Amino acid sequence: MSQTFLDSNELVLNMGPQHPSTHGVLRVILKLDGERVNGTECVIGYLHRGVEKIAENRTYQMFAPYVDRMDYVAAVSNGLGYVLAVERLINVEATPRAQAVRVILTELNRIASHLLWLGTHALDIGAITPLFYTLREREEVLKIFENYCGARLTTHAFRIGGLQYELYDGFEREVNAFCDWFIPKVDEYEELLTNNRIWRERLIGVGILNAADCKRYGVTGPVLRASGVAWDLRKAQPYCGYQNYEFDIPTRQNADTYDRYVVRMEEMRQSVRIVRQAVGAIPDGPIKAKVAKVLKPPVGEAYVSIEAPKGELGYYIVSDGTLNPYRVRVRPPSLINLQALDQMVRGALVADVVAIIGTLDIVLGEIDR
Amino acid sequence: MIALLKKILLVDLLQGLWVTFRNQHPKHLYTEQYPLERPKVAERFRGAPRLNINPDNGETLCISCDLCAKACPENLIVVTSVRNEQTKRKDLTTFTYDTSRCMFCGLCEDACPVDALELTQDFELASYTREGLIWDRQMLEEGPKPTRYTR
Ligand code: SF4
Ligand code: SF4
Repeated sequence: MSQTFLDSNELVLNMGPQHPSTHGVLRVILKLDGERVNGTECVIGYLHRGVEKIAENRTYQMFAPYVDRMDYVAAVSNGLGYVLAVERLINVEATPRAQAVRVILTELNRIASHLLWLGTHALDIGAITPLFYTLREREEVLKIFENYCGARLTTHAFRIGGLQYELYDGFEREVNAFCDWFIPKVDEYEELLTNNRIWRERLIGVGILNAADCKRYGVTGPVLRASGVAWDLRKAQPYCGYQNYEFDIPTRQNADTYDRYVVRMEEMRQSVRIVRQAVGAIPDGPIKAKVAKVLKPPVGEAYVSIEAPKGELGYYIVSDGTLNPYRVRVRPPSLINLQALDQMVRGALVADVVAIIGTLDIVLGEIDR
Repeated sequence: MIALLKKILLVDLLQGLWVTFRNQHPKHLYTEQYPLERPKVAERFRGAPRLNINPDNGETLCISCDLCAKACPENLIVVTSVRNEQTKRKDLTTFTYDTSRCMFCGLCEDACPVDALELTQDFELASYTREGLIWDRQMLEEGPKPTRYTR
């Protein structure tokens, strides 16, 4: 068929890397047929800093602050994954007190991460109000971090073998006060969004990724749980004493953007539940196990994965018996989850692309590393 | 029927508006008017570095052990010293600290055996030049002097 100027051709549209809804510097090349998306291609690497290579020139302790800069929205989770991997390498376990504090801070960080996700996701969809409220609540979490370790975002809160800082006076009180104050706020977000007809119509049935596809792509985290698979590493292979806390894994069946929203909202409530249990029973004792100042792990390798707010975050460390790691490989949840983007947006409308990128909850610092 | 009525009466949207309305009260204001209203940062805040001096005699507390420089992942601290033959100790001569590369991780502070190096609550470190970000011993002892703007 000969083409005339009236034929509809495939239109290639560049979205990003400066597009505000790509949550960083992601460039998505959209192939469009009118309003429909026929395919995408993601261009990543704009935020590449070579973190894994830096690790090879640093000692084990020195590398710890760098992992905070990967998923900077959930720096505490990153730090936890790294120190757990090194601890497995040198066969040390953190003290019970350190473990309880780690759980509290990581769960608070999960709340902070989900709050930022909710605010920006809602903003992408067109609901501006939740952003102001979620940032207000996130501020309280960041204040706890600041009081505890002196930094708000790139916390460097944990050290190999335990913690560096003892809890400050009033930590328990502050955390409890936050929990009490926070639950009504989640209800408030739900009031704003859950039943809102615009919100529902923009999200229900958009970006479906069923359980089989999730497994095929290796997608983890809330995206997987929204497709009905109750897979949470905190339950599946507990670390840091998570087996001692009671909490549920929220799941949903429809595997669409709306369900992922519901799952994340419920996760925040569950996190508060864990924090409440943990803060009520912080054991006494030392905060740091005995770890040599000059750390030379034996030759070997270790892989530890934890349930970060965005999915399975894994650290694979190879030691050759010297001061510096031979190789540090990170399995960032955002990168793996982003792979599913192409399948999710095929056949969707252009406006849904923004919703689908938002629902994957990606952080480009982690994707590009 | 009820669902239809709810839909016509925009109950879901009004519910959201009511939340917004509840949050209108000025006591819910959280924005900090930064230069006018200065935040009170935490006691443990990791901000501008300071090299502590002994308040009694004005001498530096630093014993030139170089541990902070060795602990720093960015290798940005340079400590030089000369050996004092009388006391058989090292005397600090220069101490440079490149704040432009510092990530305020606190490892140097933890490494210091005598609490000479400390990350303080000052957080205004901006400078017009790159050289201005490299702090020498004097600057580290006196602390940053952020420009006060007047009209
Ligand atoms: S805070 Fe960290 S990066 Fe900065 S000088 Fe100290 S050790 Fe180096
Ligand atoms: S670790 Fe402390 S005492 Fe040693 S050189 Fe550094 S500032 Fe001075």
